[in-house]
Amino acid sequence: MVKRTALLALLAAVLVFPAVFTLPFPRHVMIMIFLYGSLAVAWNILAGYCGQISLGHAVFFGIGAYTSTLLVARAGLTPWAGMAAGAALAVVFSQAVAFPVFRLRGHYFAIATIAVGEIVQTLVINWDWAGGARGVFVPIKRPDSLWNFQFHESKALYYYVALGLLLLGLAVTRWLERSRHGYYFRAVREDQQAAASLGVNVAREKHRAIAVSAGLTALGGTFYAQYIFFIDPESVLSLSLSILICLVAVLGGVGTLWGPVVGAAVLVPLSEYTRVWLGGTGRALDVVIYGALIMVIAVLQPAGLVGLAARLGRGRRG
Amino acid sequence: MSLLAVAGVTKRFGGVVANRDVTFEIRPGELVGVIGPNGAGKSTLFDLITGFERPDAGTVRLDGRDVTRLRPDEISRLGVARTFQKLRPFPGMTTLENVMIGAFQKTSDVGAAREAARAALAAVGLADRADAHAGGLSTGQRKRLELARALATGPRLLLLDEVTGGVDQATVPGLVRLVRDLHATGLALVVIEHNMRVIMDIAQRVVALQLGEVIADAPPAEIVRDPRVIDVYLGEAWRA
Amino acid sequence: MEIVNFAHGEFLMLAMYVAFFAWALGHLDPLLALPLAVLALAALGWATYHGLIRWVLGGPMLAQIFATFGLAVFLRAGAQFLWGVDFRVVQDPWLGGRVALGPVFVGLPQLAASVAALVAFLGLWRFLARSETGVALQATAQDRQAAALMGVDTDRMYALGWALGAGCVGAAGALLAMYFYVFPDVGGTFALLAYVTVALGGFGNVPATLAAGVVVGLVEVFAGLLLAPAIKYAVVFLLYLAIVLWRPQGLFGRW
Repeated sequence: MVKRTALLALLAAVLVFPAVFTLPFPRHVMIMIFLYGSLAVAWNILAGYCGQISLGHAVFFGIGAYTSTLLVARAGLTPWAGMAAGAALAVVFSQAVAFPVFRLRGHYFAIATIAVGEIVQTLVINWDWAGGARGVFVPIKRPDSLWNFQFHESKALYYYVALGLLLLGLAVTRWLERSRHGYYFRAVREDQQAAASLGVNVAREKHRAIAVSAGLTALGGTFYAQYIFFIDPESVLSLSLSILICLVAVLGGVGTLWGPVVGAAVLVPLSEYTRVWLGGTGRALDVVIYGALIMVIAVLQPAGLVGLAARLGRGRRG
Repeated sequence: MSLLAVAGVTKRFGGVVANRDVTFEIRPGELVGVIGPNGAGKSTLFDLITGFERPDAGTVRLDGRDVTRLRPDEISRLGVARTFQKLRPFPGMTTLENVMIGAFQKTSDVGAAREAARAALAAVGLADRADAHAGGLSTGQRKRLELARALATGPRLLLLDEVTGGVDQATVPGLVRLVRDLHATGLALVVIEHNMRVIMDIAQRVVALQLGEVIADAPPAEIVRDPRVIDVYLGEAWRA
Repeated sequence: MEIVNFAHGEFLMLAMYVAFFAWALGHLDPLLALPLAVLALAALGWATYHGLIRWVLGGPMLAQIFATFGLAVFLRAGAQFLWGVDFRVVQDPWLGGRVALGPVFVGLPQLAASVAALVAFLGLWRFLARSETGVALQATAQDRQAAALMGVDTDRMYALGWALGAGCVGAAGALLAMYFYVFPDVGGTFALLAYVTVALGGFGNVPATLAAGVVVGLVEVFAGLLLAPAIKYAVVFLLYLAIVLWRPQGLFGRW
């Protein structure tokens, strides 16, 4: 009961935030928290629950970003149609890729997903119609409208769309947690052979997990393109984006509902503010810190901040 | 008609023959023991029956249907459950959740699966550990957990790989009683067991393996008099 | 050893910097700096094992992956922080120019690197197959508990494995520095190629890795010639995925 009240209060605070903070920067930080939170939530479905640690999720993000942007720029469609098409394409692509990569386990699966990411990035870099290495701009449309998915006057609408994406991801995760498939995902993560011996079709559950994860990730890609107005292979298809997505989830706590959100709420402000403080030096001090942070989490607290909080909570009670 | 019919099954790993021309049958409701020294191919035989390995030759039939090339999950759904010699609980899940994975075979409803899992845990005497993490259970408790998980799938045939192996002597009678109770419900069981006293006590029939081959297939009373069995296996075990 | 070092490429990058700075500051040719790079990297491998890997060995797979992954990010960004993103190059190494091998011309540094790689291969293979330590190392890789029961100090074996692997990377980096630019991101592509090569051959199998290396090299060259140089690595990775579909254990692997 206390928990539900706290959640409702948090939701109310998040909803009125744009009315209180009218400056662009705080809103931008919140939007980035929602975006990376939703990406980490999507990654978490495949990696945290089903145990398949993907280091190539930027591919699905990139498919979402490129599909909608190319449909807007080359065919004049509304980005919303592009968003749906991008998600569908990401799901289809995930199913095709799943056949080879799911034959591998553990570390080797992770490596294969990096290889997939490299293949797609290389192909897009060399694909002139899609802008190649130079990237593509989203054509500016005025006036602002929901139909055009462009809001130049106020970031508040972006804010609510991003929040919607995050809530969608959380709702899907919550639904999975309470369904047979959520249990099956975790069984696959824990021991594939034991799961198979109990009648779990391991391959089908993995395909299911990556489909959901890919689709949700692609939605974020379209949002990113409509928010930033420019995409290129480096910003939406790179390994470093894939890393960032998992880092957010790992920091917060994988395999938990709120872990990815907590991770985003901690990491995104940190990264945005350090970028402002240290930005322009081009010396990547913030990335050095991330690297150290990843190692420290891996060694000391693989369960992430949520796991740490749970342990402290138990310690106090017990 | 026989429930399970293994016919001429052969399996090689590289140059090693794990099973050679193995043939035997299990009738509905039967309790059959499988004995043999280490490396005789007992666990490989279970892997071949349950789809974890594919035989190089021979067939496995269930109710007359050829299941030789089916996947483990498909065979499980046809009513064959198993436990593993090297126990494989889902360590990051609770005992109850472990068993629910098996129970989902009969229902896709989470509440119904939870109830079925509770019943299966009660049947093996683990009800009080339902919310414990499976990773923290003792070996005897893990054996019971694997059993409950397998039972929750609602099998017609249960393959148990070493019921009493690795547990302390005090736990053995309880596990044996459990197997006997399960048999009394009409379930067919195939039990790999090293403890000869146990196997002679509970089995209706014993299949003896040596170097991957069936050297005897007879009731316990005859098995203990079979010169080949005494030669390769019972000799030392009986005297010990 | 069932742990993949995601910082393998960054180890290579550091070895190349060792060779570069030995040349830039100490006027040492990369060939002379080779032992230095081997020692420095072996020490780094040893330290990585003791400072990082052994703490996650028994932990969840996620922790294992992110431990070395974090190390990779840390080393790459650290190199950028310390030395900037400029491409550096060793000028006028001892070995330069081309030699004729029958009808084909081969760059001398490349030739030397190939010969050295083959020598390292043979040495490693002999060491693993013949020496007592090598056999103990393989035993540890296959089954840590069983090896420990046989009296093998598995902790030392792991540390040795990491030192040995990193030392080989040290040699490769010094040789590569003779004819390749040195910059913080240089390791990425090479490391991915290395993983794919090993996975293609079959993990834990030295001769199979050599064979797979030849396959990868040939595919790379022909993809570059027949299709386009820009996508040659993508073709190699695609080939890898295609082969995995058919043989997940690699071309010569047995599991």
